[in-house]
Amino acid sequence: MKPCVGRIANAGRMAGSPVLKIMLLLLLSLSCFFNAHADAGAASDSDTVLPTDYPGLLAALPQADFSTRQQIVARLVELKPPHGRELLAAWLDNKLQSRQSDGKLFLVETQDDVLSLTDPLTLQAAGTGKSEDFEQVRNNNALRKTLKVAIAEYDLADPAPRVRIAAVKQMRRDLDEDTVAALRQHLIVEKDRGVQHQVEVALALGDLSDADAAKRLAAVKALEGETAPDVYNALLPLARDTSADPDTAVRTAALAAVQHIETWRGFYEALETLFFGLSLGSVLVLASIGLAITFGVMGVINMAHGELMMLGAYTAYVMQLLLPHNTGAAVLLAIPAAFAVSGLAGIAIERSVVRFLYGRPLETLLATFGVSLVLQQLVRSVFSPLNRSVASPSWMSGLWQINDLFSLTCNRVYILGFSLLVFALLRLVLNRTSLGLKVRAVAQNRGMAKAMGVRTERIDALTFGLGSGIAGVAGVALSQLTNVGPNLGQSYIIDTFMVVVFGGVGSLWGTLISGMGLGVVNKLLEPYAGAVMAKILVLLFLILFIQRKPRGLFPQKGRAAEGM
Amino acid sequence: MNTKYIKHTLLAGMAALGLLAGTAQAADKDDTIKVGILHSLSGTMAISETTLKDTILMMIDEQNKKGGLLGKKLVPVVVDPASNWPLFAEKASELLEKDHVAVIFGCWTSVSRKSVLPVIEKDDGLLFYPVQYEGEESSRNVIYTGAAPNQQAIPAVDYLMKEVKVKRWVLEGTDYVYPRTTNKILEAYLKLKGVAPEDILINYTPFGFSDWQSEVSKIKQFGSAGKKSAVVSTINGDANVPFYKELGNQKISAEDIPVVAFSVGEEELSGVDTKPLLGHLAAWNYFESIKTPENTAFIKQWHDFIKNPKRTTNDPMEAHYIGFNLWVKAVQKAGTTNVDKVIDTLPGLETPNLTGGIAKLLPNHHITKPVYIGEIRDDGQFDVVWKTKGTVPGDAWSDYLPGSKDLEADWVTLKCGNYNTVTKKCAGQNF
Repeated sequence: MKPCVGRIANAGRMAGSPVLKIMLLLLLSLSCFFNAHADAGAASDSDTVLPTDYPGLLAALPQADFSTRQQIVARLVELKPPHGRELLAAWLDNKLQSRQSDGKLFLVETQDDVLSLTDPLTLQAAGTGKSEDFEQVRNNNALRKTLKVAIAEYDLADPAPRVRIAAVKQMRRDLDEDTVAALRQHLIVEKDRGVQHQVEVALALGDLSDADAAKRLAAVKALEGETAPDVYNALLPLARDTSADPDTAVRTAALAAVQHIETWRGFYEALETLFFGLSLGSVLVLASIGLAITFGVMGVINMAHGELMMLGAYTAYVMQLLLPHNTGAAVLLAIPAAFAVSGLAGIAIERSVVRFLYGRPLETLLATFGVSLVLQQLVRSVFSPLNRSVASPSWMSGLWQINDLFSLTCNRVYILGFSLLVFALLRLVLNRTSLGLKVRAVAQNRGMAKAMGVRTERIDALTFGLGSGIAGVAGVALSQLTNVGPNLGQSYIIDTFMVVVFGGVGSLWGTLISGMGLGVVNKLLEPYAGAVMAKILVLLFLILFIQRKPRGLFPQKGRAAEGM
Repeated sequence: MNTKYIKHTLLAGMAALGLLAGTAQAADKDDTIKVGILHSLSGTMAISETTLKDTILMMIDEQNKKGGLLGKKLVPVVVDPASNWPLFAEKASELLEKDHVAVIFGCWTSVSRKSVLPVIEKDDGLLFYPVQYEGEESSRNVIYTGAAPNQQAIPAVDYLMKEVKVKRWVLEGTDYVYPRTTNKILEAYLKLKGVAPEDILINYTPFGFSDWQSEVSKIKQFGSAGKKSAVVSTINGDANVPFYKELGNQKISAEDIPVVAFSVGEEELSGVDTKPLLGHLAAWNYFESIKTPENTAFIKQWHDFIKNPKRTTNDPMEAHYIGFNLWVKAVQKAGTTNVDKVIDTLPGLETPNLTGGIAKLLPNHHITKPVYIGEIRDDGQFDVVWKTKGTVPGDAWSDYLPGSKDLEADWVTLKCGNYNTVTKKCAGQNF
C-alpha cells in the first residue's frame, strides 16, 4: 500500500483546484484498492509466480513479504549470481534500499542524509540520492539467519582459510539437506586441513539424525573431543534423554562426549567468574582511585565525586558529537579532555567551597552533597534528563574468542588494562614527581611543609584537581559500560567510599586490592546468591570488617595516621 | 532597610498572587470542569511521565477546541508528585479536596498507584491509570487502561512457545513488585503448559543494575543446553541499556536467544544505540509504526502539539488517549461530571483505539486491547511480527495464581472488586 500513498500525495500536489484534488484522490484510492487486491492475489500464489532470473528476483524483492523474501534468498543461493554476496551482505547490514519512485534496488552508504548508490547488478557507482526518496529493504530474525547462512555458502569459495572456517561454523547453525549437500561437495575440493576438520564436524552433526544407527554412532565418535557449543547442544539430548535415541551404544558414546565437554566447561566457567570479578573490580578501582586521593590523602569527604565522574562521561558524549564519524578517536580524545574538565571543576569546587571547611568533615560532607545536586541539575538543564548514548568503537565491542568454551568481552579487557595503567601512572606521579612529593608532605605534616616553603593552599587545590581529574577519566570508562545520565554518579558514590574505607584511608595499594577483592567476592557470590543478595552480603561483610578493623586493610602508620 | 524592603515586596507579591488565585477560583465556579493530572515532572520517573502529562494537555486542548464538555471548558490542574510515592497520595488528596477535580489522569509505577488508592477511595475520586501492570487489583474508583498480565505477558509467552518453539525460559526482572508478580504468574502458566521446573530460570537484579557480565553469561550457559531458549525481561528503566549492551558484547543475538521485553518501548529506545538490540522483541498493545488513519492523525497531532517532529509516541500514551475519550463519552452520556454517575456509566462504553480496533470498558474496570509483538528495528521503531486475533479482555485477577484464580471483579452486577466464585462472598479488599 505504501507506494499508493506516495502516488496520492504526488498527484495531490500536481492538481491545482481543491475539487480536482478530491476527485483525483477518490480515483486514486479506488485504483489503490484494486491494486491492493491484485497484490494480495499475487502474494498468495507467490510460489509459482516468483521469477527465476536474478534481475527479476531483485525487482520482486521490495514488495515481497517476509516469507516470500525467504524464498527469494533460497532462489538466490541456487542461482549464485555474480555479486550476489555483496547484495546479501548489504541486506544483512541494512544497507539495501529501494527507490520509491521506480522500486529499483541499490546498495547504499549513508552520510548525513545523502546516500551514495551502487548498482547491485554491476557494482558500479550509480550516483547519489536523498534518504527520504528511498526505503530500506527490511529483514527479521528468521531472515537474518537465512541471510547469514546464504552468505556463508558464498564464503566457502573464499581464498582465506579463516573466512572458510567461519563460513562452515555459520552453516553448522542451520543444517538442512541443502547445506549438508553443499558442505559435502566442498569437502572434495577443500585442501586446508583446518577447514576440512570443521566440515567433517558439520557433516557428523548432520549424521546425528540419520536413520542408520551405525552411522549415528560413527558421528558421535567423530564428535568426541570437540568442545564447540553447537556440538554440546546436539549431543546433550542424546546423552540425557533416554527416548532421544533408540540405540544404547549411541547414547553411551554421547554421554562420554558430553561429560568430557562438561569438565572443561566447569574449568572455564571458574576462570570466567574470576575475570568477571577482576573486571568489576577494575571499574571499582577506577571509580574510587580519585577518591583515594581527595578522601584518603587530603581527608576531604567529597560527596560530589560521583558527579565529577558524570562530567567525565558527558565529556565523552560531547566528544562523540564533535567527531561523529570517528568514535574510536572520540573515546581516546575524551580521556585527556575529561581529565581537564573534571580536574578544573574539582579545583573550582576546592577554591570556592572546600577550602573554607578544612577540618570540619560534617560541613564538608553537606556542602559537597549540595554541590553534587547542583551539578546534577546543571546537567539536566543543559543535556535534558534523558540518558545519552555513547557508542562504543568497533575495536572495543565484541568478543575475544580464546577457544570454543572461553571468551572475554573486549571492552572489559580494555577497561581492566586501563585501570591498571591509571593506577601505575598515579603512583608514578605521587612517588616520582615534585608535585607528588609536596602532596605527600602536606598530607603528612601541613605545618612543617609550610615551614619548608611549600605553598600548601596551591598544593591543596592541585591535589583536589588531580583526584577529580581521575574521576573524570573513570567517567569516560563508565560511558562505555553504562548509561550516561544525570544519575550516573549517584549509583557509584556508595561503592567508591566502600572501597576506599575497606582498603584503608590513604593507601593507594589498599584501594587497588580492596577494589579487586570486593569485585571478585561479589562475582563469586552472584551465581549462588543472586545479584541482590550478593550486594547485601558484601555490605554486611564490610560492616563487620570495619567493626573489627576500623582503619581498613592497610592502615596508615606513623604520625600522619594520628591526626586523622 | 534593604531586608525590610525585600520583605515588603514579597508580602505585596504574595497578596497579589492570592488575589489572583481568588479571582480565578471565583471565575471558574460553574463554566469549567477541572481535570487533575498527577504525573511526576521531576525525579527519576520524569523521563516517562512528563510525556503523559503532555498527552492529556493535548487531549484537553483538542476537546476545548471542539467546544468543551457539556458546554463547559476543560481546565487542567497539573501537580508534580516528584517521583516520591507518599507525595502521590498527598497530591491526590490536594486535587480532590482542594481543587475538586472531576477526574484524575495519573501514576506510572505500581507503588505510586498503591499509594494513591486509599485517598481516591476515601474521597470518592476517579483515576485513569495508563500503564501496563501486574494485575491483582480492581478498585471501584480506578479505570485501568494499561494492560493486565493476560494482555501482555501471557500472549508474549504464547507467541514464543508456538511461533519460535521456545522450550527453555529465563525470567529476568528488576527486583520489585511488578516483575515479581508477573514472573509468578508466568511461572505458574509455563508449568501449566508442561514446561519442566529445570527449564525455567528466574533471576532478579537491583534497580539501575549495570554489571551484567555474570547474569548474561548465566543466560548464555542456560541457553546452550540443546533446547531453544528465550528471555522474558521485566527489567525496568536504566538497567536495560547495559543489559542489551552486554548481550551484544557476548555475541548473543536475537536469532539464538531472543529477549522479549515488557518495559522497553519507543520512548526508552530514543536515547539508545540500537545496534545491539536489533531483532529483540517487545510486547505492547500499541506501536508507533502501526499504520492506521487514527494513528497517523494522532502522531501528527502529537508532533504539532509538542512542536518536535522527532518525538515518539508509545503505548501508555495510547492508553491515555483511550482513557480520556472514554471519560468524555461517559460524561456526555451521564450529562454530569458527578463521579458516582460517571463510574456507573463507564462500563460498556466503547471508543476506537489507535490500531484500528475498539476499546471497550469491561465491568472489572479494565479494557479490551489487541496484543502486538514487535521486533526492534535499527531506527528504534518496531516491526510487528505477530498480533492477537481481535482484542483481549483485561483480567484483573490472574487465572494462574492459586490465591486469585477464584476471584472476579465486577462493578456492574456484583458491585465488588474481588468476588470469590467458590465461597460466593465479596471480601471487600480490592487490592
